[in-house]
Amino acid sequence: MARVIFLEERCKGCQLCTAVCPKGIVVMTGSTNEMGYHPATVHEQDKCTGCGICALVCPDMVIEVEREEKAV
Amino acid sequence: MKKVFSRPRSLKDVPFHYCPGCTHGVAHRLVAEVIDELGIQDNVIGNAPVGCAVFTMDYFDFDMISAAHGRAPAVATGVKRVLPDRVVFTYQGDGDLAAIGTGEFVHAAVRGEKITCIFINNAVYGMTGGQMAPTTLLGQKTKTTPYGRDSEVNGYPIKVCEMLTPLDGAAYVARVAVHSPKAIIQAKKAIKKAFQVQINGLGFSLVEILSTCPTNWGLTPLEAVKWLDENMIPYFPLGEYKVPPAGVI
Repeated sequence: MARVIFLEERCKGCQLCTAVCPKGIVVMTGSTNEMGYHPATVHEQDKCTGCGICALVCPDMVIEVEREEKAV
Repeated sequence: MKKVFSRPRSLKDVPFHYCPGCTHGVAHRLVAEVIDELGIQDNVIGNAPVGCAVFTMDYFDFDMISAAHGRAPAVATGVKRVLPDRVVFTYQGDGDLAAIGTGEFVHAAVRGEKITCIFINNAVYGMTGGQMAPTTLLGQKTKTTPYGRDSEVNGYPIKVCEMLTPLDGAAYVARVAVHSPKAIIQAKKAIKKAFQVQINGLGFSLVEILSTCPTNWGLTPLEAVKWLDENMIPYFPLGEYKVPPAGVI
Protein backbone atom coordinates (compact mmCIF):
# COMPACT_ATOMS: atom_id res chain seq x y z
CA MET A 1 0.00 0.00 0.00
CA ALA A 2 1.47 3.30 -1.07
CA ARG A 3 0.31 6.82 -1.68
CA VAL A 4 1.68 9.83 -3.51
CA ILE A 5 0.55 13.30 -2.53
CA PHE A 6 0.77 16.08 -5.09
CA LEU A 7 1.05 19.57 -3.62
CA GLU A 8 -0.68 20.95 -6.69
CA GLU A 9 -0.28 24.60 -5.75
CA ARG A 10 3.51 24.18 -6.07
CA CYS A 11 3.40 22.44 -9.47
CA LYS A 12 4.67 24.33 -12.51
CA GLY A 13 3.33 21.77 -14.98
CA CYS A 14 6.69 20.74 -16.45
CA GLN A 15 5.42 17.16 -17.02
CA LEU A 16 8.76 15.50 -16.12
CA CYS A 17 6.94 13.24 -13.63
CA THR A 18 4.40 12.06 -16.19
CA ALA A 19 7.13 10.63 -18.43
CA VAL A 20 8.88 8.56 -15.75
CA CYS A 21 6.01 6.88 -13.88
CA PRO A 22 6.40 3.13 -14.52
CA LYS A 23 2.63 2.66 -14.11
CA GLY A 24 1.71 5.67 -16.23
CA ILE A 25 -0.74 6.96 -13.64
CA VAL A 26 0.64 10.51 -13.32
CA VAL A 27 -1.35 12.86 -15.53
CA MET A 28 -1.82 16.58 -16.01
CA THR A 29 -5.07 18.07 -14.76
CA GLY A 30 -7.15 20.44 -16.82
CA SER A 31 -7.52 22.82 -13.88
CA THR A 32 -5.29 25.81 -13.23
CA ASN A 33 -3.47 26.44 -9.95
CA GLU A 34 -2.81 29.81 -8.32
CA MET A 35 0.44 30.29 -10.28
CA GLY A 36 -1.43 29.71 -13.53
CA TYR A 37 -0.07 26.27 -14.38
CA HIS A 38 -1.90 23.03 -15.09
CA PRO A 39 -0.67 20.84 -12.23
CA ALA A 40 0.18 17.16 -12.36
CA THR A 41 -1.82 14.71 -10.32
CA VAL A 42 -2.24 10.98 -9.92
CA HIS A 43 -5.26 9.03 -11.04
CA GLU A 44 -5.82 5.41 -10.07
CA GLN A 45 -3.97 5.93 -6.79
CA ASP A 46 -4.47 2.24 -5.98
CA LYS A 47 -2.05 1.26 -8.76
CA CYS A 48 0.76 3.27 -7.17
CA THR A 49 3.63 1.18 -5.84
CA GLY A 50 5.31 4.07 -4.02
CA CYS A 51 8.52 3.76 -6.02
CA GLY A 52 9.01 7.52 -5.73
CA ILE A 53 10.51 8.05 -9.19
CA CYS A 54 8.07 10.89 -9.90
CA ALA A 55 9.23 12.62 -6.72
CA LEU A 56 12.88 11.99 -7.64
CA VAL A 57 12.66 13.91 -10.92
CA CYS A 58 10.35 16.69 -9.70
CA PRO A 59 12.34 19.95 -9.63
CA ASP A 60 9.85 21.68 -7.35
CA MET A 61 9.28 19.07 -4.65
CA VAL A 62 5.59 18.87 -5.42
CA ILE A 63 5.39 15.16 -4.64
CA GLU A 64 5.50 13.37 -1.31
CA VAL A 65 5.51 9.58 -1.14
CA GLU A 66 4.11 7.44 1.64
CA ARG A 67 4.52 3.70 1.97
CA GLU A 68 3.23 1.10 4.37
CA GLU A 69 6.06 0.07 6.67
CA LYS A 70 7.20 -3.45 6.06
CA ALA A 71 6.41 -5.92 8.83
CA VAL A 72 9.64 -7.08 10.41
CA MET B 1 1.94 4.99 6.49
CA LYS B 2 5.47 6.25 6.63
CA LYS B 3 6.69 9.18 4.58
CA VAL B 4 9.48 7.89 2.38
CA PHE B 5 9.97 10.99 0.30
CA SER B 6 9.46 14.58 1.36
CA ARG B 7 11.28 17.88 1.44
CA PRO B 8 14.76 17.64 3.02
CA ARG B 9 15.25 19.52 6.31
CA SER B 10 17.94 21.75 4.80
CA LEU B 11 15.52 23.22 2.25
CA LYS B 12 13.10 25.91 3.35
CA ASP B 13 9.45 25.35 2.56
CA VAL B 14 9.21 28.03 -0.14
CA PRO B 15 8.60 27.65 -3.88
CA PHE B 16 11.61 28.02 -6.19
CA HIS B 17 11.66 30.95 -8.61
CA TYR B 18 13.12 28.73 -11.35
CA CYS B 19 11.31 28.21 -14.66
CA PRO B 20 9.10 25.12 -15.10
CA GLY B 21 11.25 22.03 -15.68
CA CYS B 22 14.53 23.71 -14.71
CA THR B 23 16.70 21.08 -13.05
CA HIS B 24 18.23 23.61 -10.63
CA GLY B 25 15.49 22.43 -8.28
CA VAL B 26 16.71 18.84 -8.46
CA ALA B 27 20.31 19.93 -7.84
CA HIS B 28 19.22 22.02 -4.82
CA ARG B 29 17.34 19.07 -3.40
CA LEU B 30 20.28 16.69 -3.85
CA VAL B 31 22.67 19.07 -2.08
CA ALA B 32 20.16 19.51 0.77
CA GLU B 33 19.60 15.76 1.06
CA VAL B 34 23.36 15.10 1.23
CA ILE B 35 23.78 17.78 3.91
CA ASP B 36 20.94 16.19 5.89
CA GLU B 37 22.43 12.72 5.55
CA LEU B 38 25.88 13.87 6.63
CA GLY B 39 24.29 15.74 9.58
CA ILE B 40 26.18 18.96 8.86
CA GLN B 41 23.29 21.43 8.56
CA ASP B 42 24.57 23.48 11.52
CA ASN B 43 28.14 23.33 10.29
CA VAL B 44 27.92 24.14 6.62
CA ILE B 45 28.46 27.46 4.83
CA GLY B 46 27.36 27.81 1.21
CA ASN B 47 28.47 30.39 -1.33
CA ALA B 48 25.86 31.58 -3.80
CA PRO B 49 26.90 32.59 -7.31
CA VAL B 50 25.63 35.28 -9.64
CA GLY B 51 23.19 33.78 -12.12
CA CYS B 52 19.88 31.99 -11.84
CA ALA B 53 20.97 30.47 -8.53
CA VAL B 54 21.75 33.87 -6.98
CA PHE B 55 18.82 33.48 -4.59
CA THR B 56 19.91 30.11 -3.17
CA MET B 57 20.13 31.71 0.27
CA ASP B 58 16.33 31.97 0.16
CA TYR B 59 16.07 28.21 -0.27
CA PHE B 60 18.85 26.54 1.72
CA ASP B 61 18.22 26.50 5.46
CA PHE B 62 21.81 27.09 6.56
CA ASP B 63 24.40 29.87 6.39
CA MET B 64 24.96 31.30 2.92
CA ILE B 65 27.17 34.05 1.54
CA SER B 66 26.85 35.82 -1.78
CA ALA B 67 30.02 36.41 -3.73
CA ALA B 68 30.72 38.74 -6.64
CA HIS B 69 30.32 37.18 -10.07
CA GLY B 70 32.59 34.13 -10.36
CA ARG B 71 34.35 34.80 -7.06
CA ALA B 72 32.59 32.19 -4.94
CA PRO B 73 35.67 29.89 -4.70
CA ALA B 74 37.78 32.87 -3.54
CA VAL B 75 35.24 33.77 -0.85
CA ALA B 76 34.91 30.08 0.09
CA THR B 77 38.72 29.89 0.42
CA GLY B 78 38.65 32.74 2.92
CA VAL B 79 35.78 31.24 4.90
CA LYS B 80 37.41 27.81 5.02
CA ARG B 81 40.78 29.20 6.12
CA VAL B 82 39.22 31.25 8.91
CA LEU B 83 36.81 28.49 9.98
CA PRO B 84 38.56 25.25 9.02
CA ASP B 85 36.08 23.09 10.94
CA ARG B 86 33.16 24.20 8.73
CA VAL B 87 32.07 22.49 5.56
CA VAL B 88 32.25 25.12 2.82
CA PHE B 89 30.82 24.78 -0.64
CA THR B 90 30.03 26.91 -3.67
CA TYR B 91 27.04 26.49 -5.95
CA GLN B 92 27.83 28.01 -9.34
CA GLY B 93 26.56 27.98 -12.89
CA ASP B 94 28.61 27.80 -16.06
CA GLY B 95 28.51 31.54 -16.69
CA ASP B 96 29.79 32.11 -13.17
CA LEU B 97 32.35 29.32 -12.73
CA ALA B 98 33.54 28.64 -16.26
CA ALA B 99 33.55 32.17 -17.68
CA ILE B 100 34.26 35.09 -15.36
CA GLY B 101 35.31 32.79 -12.51
CA THR B 102 37.74 30.53 -14.38
CA GLY B 103 40.71 31.92 -12.50
CA GLU B 104 39.09 31.42 -9.11
CA PHE B 105 38.07 27.79 -9.33
CA VAL B 106 41.23 26.67 -11.17
CA HIS B 107 43.49 28.28 -8.60
CA ALA B 108 41.38 27.06 -5.70
CA ALA B 109 41.98 23.57 -7.13
CA VAL B 110 45.69 24.27 -7.70
CA ARG B 111 46.05 25.33 -4.08
CA GLY B 112 44.14 22.26 -2.97
CA GLU B 113 41.64 24.33 -0.99
CA LYS B 114 39.44 22.05 1.05
CA ILE B 115 36.20 23.32 -0.45
CA THR B 116 33.54 21.75 -2.65
CA CYS B 117 32.26 23.30 -5.87
CA ILE B 118 28.85 22.29 -7.20
CA PHE B 119 29.00 23.35 -10.84
CA ILE B 120 25.75 23.52 -12.81
CA ASN B 121 26.45 23.23 -16.55
CA ASN B 122 23.43 24.00 -18.73
CA ALA B 123 25.40 25.16 -21.80
CA VAL B 124 23.86 28.62 -21.81
CA TYR B 125 23.65 31.87 -19.84
CA GLY B 126 20.30 31.44 -18.13
CA MET B 127 19.56 34.53 -16.07
CA THR B 128 20.76 37.09 -18.62
CA GLY B 129 18.55 35.71 -21.36
CA GLY B 130 20.20 32.83 -23.17
CA GLN B 131 23.50 34.13 -24.52
CA MET B 132 26.38 31.81 -25.48
CA ALA B 133 28.27 30.44 -22.49
CA PRO B 134 31.79 28.95 -22.57
CA THR B 135 30.10 25.55 -22.34
CA THR B 136 27.72 26.12 -25.27
CA LEU B 137 28.06 23.24 -27.72
CA LEU B 138 29.32 23.68 -31.27
CA GLY B 139 26.33 24.35 -33.52
CA GLN B 140 24.08 25.23 -30.59
CA LYS B 141 21.86 28.23 -31.27
CA THR B 142 21.74 30.91 -28.58
CA LYS B 143 20.82 34.59 -28.53
CA THR B 144 24.39 35.58 -29.43
CA THR B 145 25.06 32.65 -31.80
CA PRO B 146 21.84 32.69 -33.87
CA TYR B 147 23.41 30.49 -36.57
CA GLY B 148 24.92 28.07 -34.08
CA ARG B 149 28.26 28.23 -32.24
CA ASP B 150 31.06 28.28 -34.79
CA SER B 151 34.53 27.23 -33.61
CA GLU B 152 36.17 29.66 -36.07
CA VAL B 153 34.52 32.62 -34.38
CA ASN B 154 33.56 31.42 -30.91
CA GLY B 155 36.13 28.76 -30.08
CA TYR B 156 35.32 25.46 -28.41
CA PRO B 157 33.27 24.51 -25.32
CA ILE B 158 35.31 24.32 -22.12
CA LYS B 159 35.60 20.91 -20.46
CA VAL B 160 35.95 21.74 -16.79
CA CYS B 161 36.38 18.23 -15.36
CA GLU B 162 39.00 17.22 -17.91
CA MET B 163 40.84 20.46 -17.18
CA LEU B 164 40.99 19.86 -13.42
CA THR B 165 41.99 16.20 -13.53
CA PRO B 166 45.78 16.73 -13.91
CA LEU B 167 45.92 19.17 -10.99
CA ASP B 168 47.42 17.64 -7.85
CA GLY B 169 45.31 19.77 -5.52
CA ALA B 170 42.03 18.42 -6.91
CA ALA B 171 41.05 15.34 -4.91
CA TYR B 172 37.65 14.56 -6.36
CA VAL B 173 36.30 15.56 -9.78
CA ALA B 174 33.13 14.09 -11.25
CA ARG B 175 30.60 14.89 -13.94
CA VAL B 176 27.01 13.82 -13.43
CA ALA B 177 23.62 14.73 -14.90
CA VAL B 178 20.09 15.20 -13.57
CA HIS B 179 18.05 14.34 -16.65
CA SER B 180 16.85 10.86 -15.65
CA PRO B 181 16.05 8.99 -12.42
CA LYS B 182 19.19 6.85 -12.75
CA ALA B 183 21.40 9.88 -13.38
CA ILE B 184 19.86 11.70 -10.39
CA ILE B 185 20.71 8.80 -8.06
CA GLN B 186 24.31 8.77 -9.35
CA ALA B 187 24.50 12.56 -9.03
CA LYS B 188 23.57 12.35 -5.36
CA LYS B 189 26.29 9.76 -4.73
CA ALA B 190 28.88 12.01 -6.38
CA ILE B 191 27.79 15.06 -4.37
CA LYS B 192 28.00 13.05 -1.17
CA LYS B 193 31.49 11.84 -2.05
CA ALA B 194 32.61 15.39 -2.82
CA PHE B 195 31.49 16.56 0.62
CA GLN B 196 33.13 13.55 2.29
CA VAL B 197 36.41 14.36 0.51
CA GLN B 198 36.27 17.83 2.02
CA ILE B 199 35.29 16.60 5.49
CA ASN B 200 38.23 14.18 5.41
CA GLY B 201 40.55 17.03 4.43
CA LEU B 202 41.73 15.45 1.19
CA GLY B 203 41.62 18.56 -0.98
CA PHE B 204 39.51 20.33 -3.56
CA SER B 205 36.37 18.63 -4.87
CA LEU B 206 34.13 19.57 -7.78
CA VAL B 207 30.96 18.00 -9.12
CA GLU B 208 29.80 19.17 -12.54
CA ILE B 209 26.05 18.65 -12.96
CA LEU B 210 24.74 18.67 -16.53
CA SER B 211 21.46 20.51 -16.23
CA THR B 212 18.66 21.67 -18.50
CA CYS B 213 17.50 25.17 -19.39
CA PRO B 214 14.22 24.61 -21.25
CA THR B 215 13.44 28.34 -21.45
CA ASN B 216 16.66 29.41 -23.15
CA TRP B 217 17.07 26.24 -25.18
CA GLY B 218 13.60 26.91 -26.59
CA LEU B 219 12.38 23.42 -25.75
CA THR B 220 9.74 21.92 -23.51
CA PRO B 221 11.10 20.36 -20.29
CA LEU B 222 10.59 16.87 -21.74
CA GLU B 223 12.38 17.81 -24.98
CA ALA B 224 15.14 19.43 -22.93
CA VAL B 225 16.01 16.27 -20.96
CA LYS B 226 16.15 14.41 -24.28
CA TRP B 227 18.36 17.11 -25.81
CA LEU B 228 20.72 16.89 -22.84
CA ASP B 229 20.97 13.13 -23.23
CA GLU B 230 21.56 13.24 -26.99
CA ASN B 231 23.78 16.31 -27.31
CA MET B 232 25.48 17.22 -24.06
CA ILE B 233 26.48 13.81 -22.73
CA PRO B 234 28.42 12.80 -25.89
CA TYR B 235 30.52 15.98 -25.59
CA PHE B 236 30.66 16.05 -21.78
CA PRO B 237 31.01 12.35 -20.84
CA LEU B 238 29.70 11.44 -17.39
CA GLY B 239 31.85 9.76 -14.79
CA GLU B 240 34.34 10.22 -11.97
CA TYR B 241 37.44 11.87 -13.40
CA LYS B 242 39.47 11.84 -10.24
CA VAL B 243 38.87 9.89 -7.05
CA PRO B 244 40.89 9.61 -3.87
CA PRO B 245 42.73 6.30 -3.31
CA ALA B 246 40.44 3.42 -2.33
CA GLY B 247 39.61 3.18 1.35
CA VAL B 248 40.20 6.87 2.13
CA ILE B 249 36.53 7.83 2.16
